[in-house]
Amino acid sequence: MSDIQLWTTIAIVASFGLYMVIAWRSRVKETEGFYVAGQGIPTVANGAAIGADWMSAASFISMAGLIAFMGYDGTVYLMGWTGGYVLLALLLAPYLRKWGKFTVPEFVGDRYSELVRTIAAVAAIMISFTYVVGQMNGGGIVFSRFLGIDIIYGVAIASVIIFVYAVLGGMKSITWTQVAQYTVLIIAYLIPAFAVAQVITGIPVPQVTFGQVLSELNDLSVQLGLGVYTDPFTTRPMIDVFLMTMALMIGTAGLPHVIIRFYTTKTVRGSRYSAFWALLFIALLYTTAPAVGAFTKFNMLEGVNGTSVDALPSWIENWATTGLVTVSETADVINSVSNDPAAGADLTVNNDILVLASPEIASLPAPVVGLVAAGGMAAAMSTAAGLLLVISSSVSHDLYFRGFRKNAGDSERLLVGRIAMGGAIVVAMFAGMNPPAFVAEVVAFAFGMAAASFFPALVLGIFWKRCNAYGAASGMIAGLTLTVGYMLYTLELFGTEANDHIFGISPEGIGAVGAAVNIVVAVVVSLLTPPPSKRISSMVEGIRYPAARRRTPAGSGEQSGTPDE
Amino acid sequence: MTDTERESLGPPGGDWRREYWRSNLRLMVVLLVIWFTVSFGFGILLVEQLNQVTFLGFPLGFWFAQQGSIYVFVVLILVYAMMMDRLDKRFGVEERTEDTVFDPGEDETGVDPETGGSTDKGAAE
Repeated sequence: MSDIQLWTTIAIVASFGLYMVIAWRSRVKETEGFYVAGQGIPTVANGAAIGADWMSAASFISMAGLIAFMGYDGTVYLMGWTGGYVLLALLLAPYLRKWGKFTVPEFVGDRYSELVRTIAAVAAIMISFTYVVGQMNGGGIVFSRFLGIDIIYGVAIASVIIFVYAVLGGMKSITWTQVAQYTVLIIAYLIPAFAVAQVITGIPVPQVTFGQVLSELNDLSVQLGLGVYTDPFTTRPMIDVFLMTMALMIGTAGLPHVIIRFYTTKTVRGSRYSAFWALLFIALLYTTAPAVGAFTKFNMLEGVNGTSVDALPSWIENWATTGLVTVSETADVINSVSNDPAAGADLTVNNDILVLASPEIASLPAPVVGLVAAGGMAAAMSTAAGLLLVISSSVSHDLYFRGFRKNAGDSERLLVGRIAMGGAIVVAMFAGMNPPAFVAEVVAFAFGMAAASFFPALVLGIFWKRCNAYGAASGMIAGLTLTVGYMLYTLELFGTEANDHIFGISPEGIGAVGAAVNIVVAVVVSLLTPPPSKRISSMVEGIRYPAARRRTPAGSGEQSGTPDE
Repeated sequence: MTDTERESLGPPGGDWRREYWRSNLRLMVVLLVIWFTVSFGFGILLVEQLNQVTFLGFPLGFWFAQQGSIYVFVVLILVYAMMMDRLDKRFGVEERTEDTVFDPGEDETGVDPETGGSTDKGAAE
């Protein structure tokens, strides 16, 4: 066993042990604890849990690699996956928290109708499922590289661990475990980044100093047959960068596993500050990622540029065993680098390995490499747990009990929730072994669907009292149909043929169009059909004010929870 | 977008709900305009023009796209949370403590000496 494998095993076993202890200590027996942690999570802890829930295998493993190869265009992920929190904080979080309860479909069910609730539950399952596939694959990559086993077994091991953990967990223990996982993953991400910045620039703040290598990186990239790093719109046109950023932002704000985190705070005020803490914790990683991308690419290109194949750095050989790095058989000296196997470059590097390999590329010591592996696992597992909770709550709480067993007891609800979670993970495991695209891109599809379905329905439900069930249902169906249809049209999924993009819009960007269509359809249909009942209007009125009733006599004529219309 | 039926009416003696909601919306719109300008404006639509300027090695548009916009997002949410705290206090709808909230029974203690004055002002506006 190599030094790196030893340290990786130590780091992974130690961190898993920690999670298991936390999960066991905060295990739950009631449904409320299982779904919303008894609404007793402190603000800062909730922020850290959202951070871990949010930052997936895609953020941790793939993103910096994608940015390294996309250059400026990698921005879509950086802004797309942070800017959505502004929408979430301003448009959704406080109001959904005020309304309370367990799931996102439950809100639209109360606000609109049972039909909308069912559509929402099905959409939540589709979205979370697409997303969880990426986590499985990410976990498998970590295992296969660092512990030297086949990627299929890597996915299987990751699934088993997540299974034990999520089924035992429930929201309460998932949340507290995620706080620990955030700590592990952010340390694992920052240490190598700061070390690399120190080595290359002499100042250990990568966010500030990666500007120093940009002009040299531009030159190196051009020499090795890649585009100018900082030039915009080299991989996709401006309209697509715009739409994809928008789709990721509103998708972020519409993702059910993120939204339910705001149900777990103690107060409405707490949900606003949770959003702040969450984005602050997320920004720590997201402002570092572009620096990691630039530094790692710089290191990598400098290390291989004009080097003969026999004298390549050792990380290339280590990673070649996973099949994620390949040296062309015809090459003697490395003169071109690509992330696309079809390009036929002398050296082909998969996006997904750059972060995991960055400590090796920068020749950092083995314990750091082990730490990064533990961080990657923490990112994949924490997100998977959050997603599985949404799948299980949608299946059990919103579909099964709402449809078939309205009077089921608490223990039966818990049991069915756990069975649903188990079933989801088995399917996710098989999908994770054969993912349709790169990890980050799989995730991007989930965002497109969330953007086109939930976000418009939720925002209209809060800010426009006139919006009714017909409008919301037809809006969601129209948005989802367009988005999924376009994805099937442009991608080779399920054996369908890939067609050309229309107007340069990629399948990742279509969600923004789907959201717009959703809104237009919802507004038009709502106006053509009768307005919602008075009871629903008062419900919407009620969620707009944090306190249950006004505290001073000034408004005594119209106080308490009753609306004044 | 909201309460159009009431938009045209003058508030009879100060409708605090309407005032509160309009202040909330005003704050929201201002923050969202900044959100859009920095990310989609500086980071995407104007990136080529801003890239003519370089600082610390970063082309400016590139910096906004990969660093600056994210810092602005964090600040926007903090500003929102703090301004909403003030707004809630002014209108007397803030939550008493972190622990006791949605139980209406907890809220019957009457005027809070700290906020009583300011809420009167809010209602009189």
